[in-house]
Amino acid sequence: MDLALAPETLARWQFGITTVYHFLFVPLTISLAALTAGLQTAWVRTEKEKYLRATKFWGKLFLINIAMGVVTGIVQEFQFGMNWSDYSRFVGDVFGAPLAFEALIAFFFESTFIGLWIFGWDRLPKKIHLACIWMVSIGTLLSAYFILAANSWMQHPVGYRINEEKGRAELTDFWLVLTQNTTLNQVFHSFSAAFLTGGAFMAGIAAFHLMRRKHVPVMRTSLRLGLVTLAVGGLLTAISGDTLGKVMYEQQPMKMAAAEALWDGEEPAPFSVFAYGDVDEGHNKVALEIPGLLSFLAHSDFESYVPGINDTNEALQEKFGPGDYKPIVPVAYWGFRWMIGFGMASLALGVLGLWLTRKKFLLPAAYRTGEDEVPHLVLFRRPLGARLGRLYWLLTVWTMAFPLIANAWGWIFTEMGRQPWVVYGVMQTRDAVSPGASTVEVVTSLSVFTALYAALAVIEVKLLAKYVKAGPPELTESDLNPPTKVGGDPRDADKPMAFSY
Amino acid sequence: MELHDIWFVLIAVLWTGYFFLEGFDFGVGVLTRLLARDRTEKRVLINTIGPVWDGNEVWLLTAGGATFAAFPEWYATLFSGFYLPLLAILICLIIRGVAFEYRAKRPEESWQRRWETAIFWTSLIPAFLWGVAFGNIVRGVKLDADFEYVGHVWELLNPYALLGGLVTLTLFTFHGAVFTALKTVGEIRQRARTMATRVGLVTAVLAAAFLLWTQADKGDGTSLIALVAAVAALVAALAANRAGREGWSFAFSGVTIVAAVAMLFLTLFPNVMPSTLNEDWSLTVTNASSSPYTLKIMTWLAVIATPVVLLYQGWTYWVFRKRIGTQHIADPVH
Repeated sequence: MDLALAPETLARWQFGITTVYHFLFVPLTISLAALTAGLQTAWVRTEKEKYLRATKFWGKLFLINIAMGVVTGIVQEFQFGMNWSDYSRFVGDVFGAPLAFEALIAFFFESTFIGLWIFGWDRLPKKIHLACIWMVSIGTLLSAYFILAANSWMQHPVGYRINEEKGRAELTDFWLVLTQNTTLNQVFHSFSAAFLTGGAFMAGIAAFHLMRRKHVPVMRTSLRLGLVTLAVGGLLTAISGDTLGKVMYEQQPMKMAAAEALWDGEEPAPFSVFAYGDVDEGHNKVALEIPGLLSFLAHSDFESYVPGINDTNEALQEKFGPGDYKPIVPVAYWGFRWMIGFGMASLALGVLGLWLTRKKFLLPAAYRTGEDEVPHLVLFRRPLGARLGRLYWLLTVWTMAFPLIANAWGWIFTEMGRQPWVVYGVMQTRDAVSPGASTVEVVTSLSVFTALYAALAVIEVKLLAKYVKAGPPELTESDLNPPTKVGGDPRDADKPMAFSY
Repeated sequence: MELHDIWFVLIAVLWTGYFFLEGFDFGVGVLTRLLARDRTEKRVLINTIGPVWDGNEVWLLTAGGATFAAFPEWYATLFSGFYLPLLAILICLIIRGVAFEYRAKRPEESWQRRWETAIFWTSLIPAFLWGVAFGNIVRGVKLDADFEYVGHVWELLNPYALLGGLVTLTLFTFHGAVFTALKTVGEIRQRARTMATRVGLVTAVLAAAFLLWTQADKGDGTSLIALVAAVAALVAALAANRAGREGWSFAFSGVTIVAAVAMLFLTLFPNVMPSTLNEDWSLTVTNASSSPYTLKIMTWLAVIATPVVLLYQGWTYWVFRKRIGTQHIADPVH
């Protein structure tokens, strides 16, 4: 069959599109849940109104976002069965368990408490209502943890044996699946990247308002919180990226060789800044390299040997029999670079922002600002000029998109870099598709999902823009007087609901 | 009773939970068109399920995830075999979730009306299709020796399965009407009760026909008990509704769903998906299940987590126990 219409190709496109799309919302959901919970905690503890207004503002954006995350997640639970039935048959014994844990522990938590939080403003006492958003936050983290454990098993299968008679993988050590170093490193990396994403989102929107000198008290606090989250998240993302990379050099040398377009092993190995290669010939035509750096990234010293694509391919052929074990090298190479580039660019913007908007540290006393003033952007001794200042705010707004791009490429890199394996060293992707699903069926679902997701993206972004522009809401009487009893105050039985669909 | 038998029961429990809970919120979605006279009433209906529909839907995801883990072969065959109907359900659930969350987020009437139309159809279609799917599971489909579905999608739309679809659609609508009567005040509450009687009578006829057909085809003594329980509970729900005992009526319509799902799973056992081509090609609790180790871990999970889930979900219903009416719907601040 024509390769472009081969069931494997179509199923992979569908998985790629639906999963990358789903993952636009996941990191924002994870981080905004926690950040909203933090702001609401500040409100409950200090009773400063700006914190409640911030909670309501970010909470609304969080809800618009999580709605998309939830509904696009439903597809993920079922598409293994639809398009990847042979995969499901072969690995269900191992792979199904973390999914079931995710559903029973995390999804119920998230979905139940989000309902309580949305509708609970006039039904729950302050502190219980606050506990609900923290429950949601815990739910999002647990959910990510279990699904990353499942993915890590595909990257580096452990705790299983092959049952020849039944022709499938069987779980032998669930604890190992949950705690192997691939899982822990992926969790660390994904969580920190999620906070990088949310921090950039918050800082960007705050910058949008501060540039216009609107909603200053709330946005000043938000900017600070966003920038700190962005910087800390970004730093942790870099650290965890480094440790995850070292793990991957051990577990999937091919992926990392492809990430560097390092065709032949070198000692010491250089880090590639730019390369343009001839994939069929197996070498680069143009290469700009930093000597020794790759050895350091792989093994923490500037001397050691790093195997190349060609060497690894031969080693894999020896181990698994004839075949081509190379991923699509340009995708791995550029995916790796877009991931790091966009991620680190946002980190740099965050650190710069923290410096420019510092409160006291090395700041001339004349430029210190009060809580309801737009902070001066002070580089050294004097504030930036109007033009440069505006440029900084604009850059911060644009930075919102950077982590989203980095996240998407990170996943494309790690999943495409594992090819041709679906479970590394155990099962190839071409053996994983549904033999029963027809081309018509897969084409139908691929096009329907793509069209629907595109339409929803437009709707969602417009809605986000509307609520971003509207700014934090004014507080009402009932916002400031939350009920003292669970179920709401029985006295005013006919009072309208604080929130209704 | 071996572990895979326990898991057969637990999967049945998860589906029962799903149909019990999302059943009434599908029903309420359908009633937005049948029952509400104006758009404020529509909002009353939508808000009766507002805080809970999302949690209800997780029962489906859990049923899916648990089937994947406990019966991988069943998961693989079911969802690759029933590809297009499942796709339709997924599309509906995606749009439905967004519709609830986004409908009131803009003041324009055209925007809101569009989402209201969406809520109606995306509640109705899955309510119907789940019945079709379970009709086919019980009846059996063309599975080959590799447990692959080899029939055509149109073969899934056979009379028995279509009748099953009508049963779930009407039963869920009835369940939703009874729920509405329980959760609202004012005029809409009275109309919900009238509607419940009408839909309930239709449901009774369709459900009796479907369950008797099932009994005649596949039934035995125990399934007959479940059948009688289902029909009796439905009659009791109708009677309680007439008597104005809304709580009892809702409890009985819930029992109807529990008993009907129980009957389907009883007739299915020990198969999980019978093959109509060759009995040996049927998926059973034995040949579809995971290893004992995985099932053991899953059992621990279920034993510990399920009661906790029931506890906090139950608490949610208690928090939002107040009835609502048109007076409780404020214009949202935009």
